[in-house]
Amino acid sequence: MVIRGLVKNFGDTRVLNGVDLDIGAGEFITVLGPSGCGKTTLMRIIAGLERQDAGSVEIDGRPVDALRPNERDIAMVFQSYALYPHLTVFDNIALPLRMRRLSWRQRLPGMRRIDRSAQAIERGIAAKVREVAGLLQIEPLLARKPAQLSGGQKQRVAVGRAMVREPRVFLMDEPLSNLDAELRVHMRAEIAQLHRRIGVTFIYVTHDQAEAMTMSDRVVVMMGGRPLQFAPPGDVYADPEDLQVARFVGSPRINTLPGTVHAGGSIEVGGLAVPFDTGLAPGAQVTVSLRPADTKIALQTPDTAGADRAGRELAATIVHRENLGSDLFLHCRVEGIDATLVAREDPGKVGLLPVGAEIRIGLPVEHLLAFDASGRRVRPGGRMTSLAQPAAA
Amino acid sequence: MTPLVKPAQDLHHAYRRRDLREALAALALAGPASALIFVFLIAPLVCIALLSLTDYQLGAKALRFVGLHNYSEMFADRVFRRSLENTLIYVSVVVPLSVGLGLGAALLIEAGESLRAFYRTVYFLPVMATLIAMAIVWEFALHPKLGLVNLALKSVGIAGPDWLHDRHIVLYTLAGIGVWQSVGFNMVLFMAGLQAIPRDLYEAAAVDGVSNAWDRFRTVTWPMLGPVSLFVIVITAIRSFQVFDTVQVMTKGGPNRASEVLLYTMYSEGFEFFRTGYAAAVTMVFLAFVLALAALKTWFLDRRVHYA
Ligand SMILES: Nc1ncnc2c1ncn2[C@@H]1O[C@H](COP(=O)(O)OP(=O)(O)OP(=O)(O)O)[C@@H](O)[C@H]1O
Ligand SMILES: [Mg+2]
Repeated sequence: MVIRGLVKNFGDTRVLNGVDLDIGAGEFITVLGPSGCGKTTLMRIIAGLERQDAGSVEIDGRPVDALRPNERDIAMVFQSYALYPHLTVFDNIALPLRMRRLSWRQRLPGMRRIDRSAQAIERGIAAKVREVAGLLQIEPLLARKPAQLSGGQKQRVAVGRAMVREPRVFLMDEPLSNLDAELRVHMRAEIAQLHRRIGVTFIYVTHDQAEAMTMSDRVVVMMGGRPLQFAPPGDVYADPEDLQVARFVGSPRINTLPGTVHAGGSIEVGGLAVPFDTGLAPGAQVTVSLRPADTKIALQTPDTAGADRAGRELAATIVHRENLGSDLFLHCRVEGIDATLVAREDPGKVGLLPVGAEIRIGLPVEHLLAFDASGRRVRPGGRMTSLAQPAAA
Repeated sequence: MTPLVKPAQDLHHAYRRRDLREALAALALAGPASALIFVFLIAPLVCIALLSLTDYQLGAKALRFVGLHNYSEMFADRVFRRSLENTLIYVSVVVPLSVGLGLGAALLIEAGESLRAFYRTVYFLPVMATLIAMAIVWEFALHPKLGLVNLALKSVGIAGPDWLHDRHIVLYTLAGIGVWQSVGFNMVLFMAGLQAIPRDLYEAAAVDGVSNAWDRFRTVTWPMLGPVSLFVIVITAIRSFQVFDTVQVMTKGGPNRASEVLLYTMYSEGFEFFRTGYAAAVTMVFLAFVLALAALKTWFLDRRVHYA
């Protein structure tokens, strides 16, 4: 699937602002972004439920912009599931097949009793519905109405209805957002498995980064109506192209410090000169950031307070502690500059690091990410990366 | 220290006290409404049921228990049978037409973008207008020579009938006015029902391959309107059974009883011939129909057309 220059306005507000994506056949793509960034709008345009103001969508090399939703061969799982409340689970799942395989005359009430060929088709449909229900383990529910199902069961029925006619593309709009945490983890695994089994292209919308990181081949991070980065989940975390991406992905949030470019290939951060050749003009303002997991702290003891360590580490004070059992997060106020850094530590050290303790924080150059004033990534060596180049499909 | 677990005896008493308090609260809350229902609904009904077993005449000093005499007289009476038949015809014309047209109008107005409020108001006007006043206007409009309707027909070369005095036509004329009056109300109810249908159901249907208006109506709109439709049908039927004012103002049941309906029979027996006992028996027949309709609605609502 290829998406080119998609623009959508609602009145005066621009909701999608030039979306370009190249998606390979069979890929699992997650669209990740904060609420209101246009994820649902993008889905709806791909599905044909909404008309774009500019740009085009191609599937298998064929533009689908002029096609109606039912002609695009796309299935969609809605955030609200949108099951037909008056139909049983069986009929809900069978509906897309009935619409496609039976003529309008064969669909008239009672016709299926009289018409022989309709009966044969109906048997085929029933077999297919049972197969899908078996796959999703909802066979015992087939006779129920949606009102008699739990959230997770409804979600499976919605997936079943989307799967049953074997579409070319599967769209899912935050299908797990109504489920409790435990079920969410379970369904995450099930959807990933489903994708492996049926092998069609999945486009999965979420604002939950855990879902994006665990399920997808590649993640599109969207902000303010445009994709900022389109890369494998690991890269989005470790190698963000944009400060907004770096801030959105990862919990707790990435640490940021203001810096100034110095001549001779260094950045001055809080009085330290960090060797980092940005290639930017001296005096340029940059943002230096560091993941909490890479932020290493050391207690300031009399022997480490020596002059040799000053100049390589920032002096700071612990102002707040969060012990999650598996992780210990220390919020540290850096002296001299108005910034708080979060450091991840081993909870075993909790006794050593009380609130108020004076500490030192190193800035390991190999983990530092620098961004220029517009938020774009600058890499050591002076190369500036271009914005959100889509990887080859 | 107080024990954490109360002795069973204490608990039992505590529960008993709470049950009593709840029962009292329930009585206090439901009491006034129940009392009003009894005084204004149940008691009069019982009185009428009892009256229908007597020969009471309005203003008479004494009355005699006559058993089912009123009923046997009524069912043997040609006028009553005619009246019942007319009422049933009236209902069976008005209900399907006004429900169908109301639904059609609602669908059309909801489908379009512009002038929604205007159409809604226009269709709703007859509901708000006093039917007595409107009946007089209709009487003028339907005048065989000077009426607007026949003048209009004449201009296209059709000789219009005498709408209100032709005994083959008069009942259908009244039914037409009944339809005119209830279409707007039904339309507003259907519009409310249409607006309550979640939009994503239509979108899911579009993705599932429902491509034309008819399929959309069959798979989403009609089933989702089920509860509203049932309500509209029952309300319209009950209101049609109650047809009276147009008959009273325009035809007085004539010509030759061709537009005699149940409530008109009841009125003329009770208040023109003062045969209160007999009128009460007619009322009981009328009530039986209305109750049957109400029961039908409850039964259906509990069983089939409830989605939540
Ligand atoms: N029909 C509409 N008319 C006007 N504005 C709309 C419409 N639909 C969406 N918007 C606006 O477009 C923006 C993007 O909406 P969209 O539903 O795509 O967000 P989203 O990324 O899916 O958010 P969420 O994570 O909350 O679902 C929002 O600011 C929203 O207010
Ligand atoms: Mg959304």
